[in-house]
Amino acid sequence: MTAPTTLETRSARGVRVLAVLRFALLLVGALAALVPFYYMVIGALQAKRDTSALGLLPLPGNLTFNNFIEINESVNLLGSLLNSLIFTAGVVGCTLVFGLLVGYALSVLTFRGQGFIFALVLLVQAIPFQLLMVPLYVMVVRYFGLADNYLGMILPFAINSVAVLVFRQYFLQIPRDIFDAARIDGASELRILTSIAVPLARPAVLTAMLVTFIGPWNEFLWPFLVTKDASMQTLAVSLANFSQTNGAFLDNPMGAVLAGACVLAVPVVVLFLLFQRHFTSANLGSAIKG
Amino acid sequence: MGTSPPQQDSRTRATRPPARKVRRGLGETPLGLLLSAPYTAFVIVVFLIPFGFGIWMAFHDFYFTAPGVAVDYPFVGLDNFTEVIADPAVRQSFGNLLVFLVINVPLTVVLGLLLASGLDAAVKWRGFFRVAYYIPYVTASVATIAVWIFLFNGNGVVNTFLGTLAPEPSWLASPSLIMPLIAVYVAWKNLGFYILLYLAALQNVPKELHEAAQLDGATTWQRFRSVTLPAVRPITSLVVLLTIITTGQIFTEPYLLTGGGPNGASMTPALLMYKLGIQQGKPDVAAAIGIILVIVVMIVSLVSRRITEGKDR
Repeated sequence: MTAPTTLETRSARGVRVLAVLRFALLLVGALAALVPFYYMVIGALQAKRDTSALGLLPLPGNLTFNNFIEINESVNLLGSLLNSLIFTAGVVGCTLVFGLLVGYALSVLTFRGQGFIFALVLLVQAIPFQLLMVPLYVMVVRYFGLADNYLGMILPFAINSVAVLVFRQYFLQIPRDIFDAARIDGASELRILTSIAVPLARPAVLTAMLVTFIGPWNEFLWPFLVTKDASMQTLAVSLANFSQTNGAFLDNPMGAVLAGACVLAVPVVVLFLLFQRHFTSANLGSAIKG
Repeated sequence: MGTSPPQQDSRTRATRPPARKVRRGLGETPLGLLLSAPYTAFVIVVFLIPFGFGIWMAFHDFYFTAPGVAVDYPFVGLDNFTEVIADPAVRQSFGNLLVFLVINVPLTVVLGLLLASGLDAAVKWRGFFRVAYYIPYVTASVATIAVWIFLFNGNGVVNTFLGTLAPEPSWLASPSLIMPLIAVYVAWKNLGFYILLYLAALQNVPKELHEAAQLDGATTWQRFRSVTLPAVRPITSLVVLLTIITTGQIFTEPYLLTGGGPNGASMTPALLMYKLGIQQGKPDVAAAIGIILVIVVMIVSLVSRRITEGKDR
């Protein structure tokens, strides 16, 4: 390697500099994305709130699990987690059942009104939630009497157009001959759905499950609107309410909130890390809110 | 085997065995109607009826009554709308969204494209970076906002770090800093999703285009401007559109960070709808805000499409 006099070596150096810059940029971006999570954990473990540079290191003197105990006593962590789980399971269950049924009907079957149903699926995606928020609240809470009720929480999330479209697309890719062969063998359409279509769609079911899990688990607005009774609130809601009232009687209220934040964040982050390849931009589209 | 004529509906691409040739009024497989029925019922109850109800509500004097009490809700024409438009709090909330957009959109587009271009090159730790950018996106707002309070409180991490340079009044209490802070938060939270969108688009740019430009002696910057930017233009348009739609829905961030304060400086239309409609018992006024909000979001989206797709490079 002599002095970079020729054009060749100059541009080679330029490429190297560019690569280093690019890596530095990506690294800074990753730090910006992750550092708040470090603070979440460290803040949750602090016995006394300490926001100084030194205090943000994991110093053995200031570490405690007390915040987790305190948030548990303040919001009944286990009960809230259970509510989150029931709400989420209800939403995921409904999404899968309706998604598979309608996706199958729209792709494999032919019936009168099919075009209308398909238009309806697309229409649902186009209606903005701001228009629905207040009337839906009035209906569910005032008319149906479903305040502080799992059904009331699940209802607006029970149908998910994205899931219908994903399943429809999946079924369209399955060769027609498979269904025709089953029909010739005398299988009923319902039998074809349960014994052939659904088992074949298993990978799509897993992806849909993972992706729809995150939405309701993180959802704040709707469960917040329909639950006033603390024993019915999901973790996101009870944690938000706790951070608003800010238990001044605790040693480290901020620490307790962050401890709750860890409990809320960990299941989703772990799920995401385990099943990363299922989370592509196409799948997530409009599935995640909150 | 199947000798039945091809179906008209190409979407279903179905060829049926001869036994099914007989068509009844409900189509070949009426079971489809049965399978779609629960979904359709849900759409009607959870989407179509509330949709119509909301619009009806906005044109009537609607209020909450004790359960089971039958009352008239008189038609009031545009009264709710004129009340909303005359309300300075409503105007302020829409103005706040504008501040949000002006900061959030460029931040999202520039950082999203920059980081996606970085990822598009063969770099070390690619998988790690992708996961890192994505984690804020999949985490609950309630959890990440708690950290932002820890960071931007009066005596939070950022102010401790800044020392005497800390803004006065502090971030969350400052009318001029709170909306920009929320805009940065939302950009931070959602960036991972937009990076993936851009990345998918970048990977579809033909390598030949870059190679040809390189042979012609184009610098990296020239290649970025003349090859990459035009190629990802549709995605930029989509990103801007999605950002505008998200903007209309901002609720959780101001509710948890400031409750809409100080003095309405972080109030958003969605939060105002909650306060007026549900806390103060004026759902008719809230419904009117909802309609205005949706119309404004639609107009801004159309304008943005013209700008982002408009001129030919």
